[in-house]
Amino acid sequence: MPIALEARNLVKKYPGVLAVDDVSFEVQEGICFGLLGPNGAGKTTTVEIMEGVTPATSGEVWYYGSPAGKKFREEAGIQFQNTALQDFITVKETLQMFQSLYNRQSDIEHIIEQCSLGELLDRDNRKLSGGQRQRLLLGVALVNRPRLVFLDEPTTGLDPQARRNFWDLIKRILSEGTTVILTTHYMEEAEILCDEIAIMDSGKIIIQGTPKDLLNQHYKNVIIELPMDDFSADLSTIKHRVLETQGVIEIETDDVNESLRQLTAVTSGLNRMKIRQPNLEDLFIDLTGHNLRS
Amino acid sequence: MLKRIYAIFRARNLEFIRDRGSMSWNLVLPVALMFGLSFIFGDDRAEYTVGVVQDASAIDATEHPFLDTRYVKFVAVGNIQDGQRKIGRHQLDLLVEFGDRPQYWINPDSPKGYFVEFSLLQADAEAGNRITRSQIEGDPIRYVDWVLPGILGMNMMFSSLFGVGYVVVRYRKNGFLKRLRATPLRAGEFIAAQIASRLILTVVLTSFVFLGTQYFLDIRMEGSYLALLVVLVAAAACLISMGLMISARVTSEELAGGLLNLVTWPMMMLSGVWFSLEAAGEWVRLIASMFPLTHALQAARAVMLDGAGLVTVLPQLTILLVMTAVFLVLGAFIFRWHPR
Repeated sequence: MPIALEARNLVKKYPGVLAVDDVSFEVQEGICFGLLGPNGAGKTTTVEIMEGVTPATSGEVWYYGSPAGKKFREEAGIQFQNTALQDFITVKETLQMFQSLYNRQSDIEHIIEQCSLGELLDRDNRKLSGGQRQRLLLGVALVNRPRLVFLDEPTTGLDPQARRNFWDLIKRILSEGTTVILTTHYMEEAEILCDEIAIMDSGKIIIQGTPKDLLNQHYKNVIIELPMDDFSADLSTIKHRVLETQGVIEIETDDVNESLRQLTAVTSGLNRMKIRQPNLEDLFIDLTGHNLRS
Repeated sequence: MLKRIYAIFRARNLEFIRDRGSMSWNLVLPVALMFGLSFIFGDDRAEYTVGVVQDASAIDATEHPFLDTRYVKFVAVGNIQDGQRKIGRHQLDLLVEFGDRPQYWINPDSPKGYFVEFSLLQADAEAGNRITRSQIEGDPIRYVDWVLPGILGMNMMFSSLFGVGYVVVRYRKNGFLKRLRATPLRAGEFIAAQIASRLILTVVLTSFVFLGTQYFLDIRMEGSYLALLVVLVAAAACLISMGLMISARVTSEELAGGLLNLVTWPMMMLSGVWFSLEAAGEWVRLIASMFPLTHALQAARAVMLDGAGLVTVLPQLTILLVMTAVFLVLGAFIFRWHPR
């Protein structure tokens, strides 16, 4: 697979803040690459440098083997985290206006179908709901039949149903061979959509790989969860790694039978117990010491 | 309830105070205007302008008691024909010639001339009732004919500057420009599109208002409509470019408002919208000559009132085109897609 996009030693300094600190990574063609991290980690700044809308203090962005330039602008689709659209303009007019800015063009009818915009075509931009608006912005990002699409926290603020519908849209785009670069702080979203992820914290990439490989590399264990209220004795008798998060005790263990025996002795009951595989959220907490959405 | 009102009140105050650009302009603008106006008009503001036919530039106030009248600015006029032309075009409210055979000329359609004539006749009564009234040669121009280009020009100025300036600042502030930045669109193309859009709207609307007023008020039109249209297009392009240049980097609507007021107010007062700058000092005229509206109004009045052709108004058109080019180049150079 060719390398679609490459960040080379990106640095972005603001007065008193190092927002992006020597970030480098490659994105292969056709995959969904997730850039994860908490708010303020530097992922949006990194993506905006790659999109060409924010100049880097130093570093380069390469697109299919050349410095990102005119060709990149023509072939990249972008959905910002927050984008205002023109008032008094309809959905269809918005799509047509953006499409006219590119030489490379998609079939508008295909985008309308792909993003489920059919019933909204004559609606004023001001009258769109959050989910409808995100679908339109995704449609706008697709008007130039992009080879690469940036989606910056596209589901933030959407209700769970709208979020899941949006994931289906992204899967459809991926199925057509388009490369997607997704920033998100929803771990579930990353696990469902991303073929490869990079986790950022304090302007740096702290780990990169496929979600499965990263979890396999870091975890051989499972996690037992039990509400703290259910504990009736001292936790120090438990021989495995114990973590308390928001009233829930998490025990990381490689021997579930042994852990259950220990728990029986210190709890009032195991009816509310859950056993699960570690996820990206656990990985992030382990790597950084703080919650992903903090 | 008061707590909620106070919370909003406080937040808005902090927002305003911390927006240093807006805060500065809200302080600087009125002070600058106050000083500017007092400097331009002085303590003894002249309400009327009277031409005195004489060779010397200094007016000898002992020659006639009328020359001692307050709130009247007396300006020397080299010859009677020139003075009569200015009377006819409301550049002077009255023209007087003292000496062996004192006489005065007045535009019968000039409201200010009507009042200043009273003062003259009262002063002349003290001097022995020697002055005679003379008819100006040619066709006097009504005030409405003279002022219409000014009103249309002023309307065009506000529409061009605020219409474009505010919109661009709003686009920048809400991130729409940033979204456009991510497309192949270039700054020059965006600016050109804004100019074209506002230019067509301004030209169509101004033409519509002009034709309407001409029909209902029988406005004087000596020159060709094509020449007037060329002047209109050049003036609108210049003012729109100016609005784009002013808004090229601004991210706050309040600051944009301050900056736009800073240019529109002086233009409204010094470009000859409501009154002629005949009585103004040299340096006021110099400042006025830096405003596009001054040249636009000169050219429009020359076409409408004097029947001037494009060749005659070529100097004004050239100035407008040069200004447009300067504003465009500067605007494109300093243009910023999104707030930093």
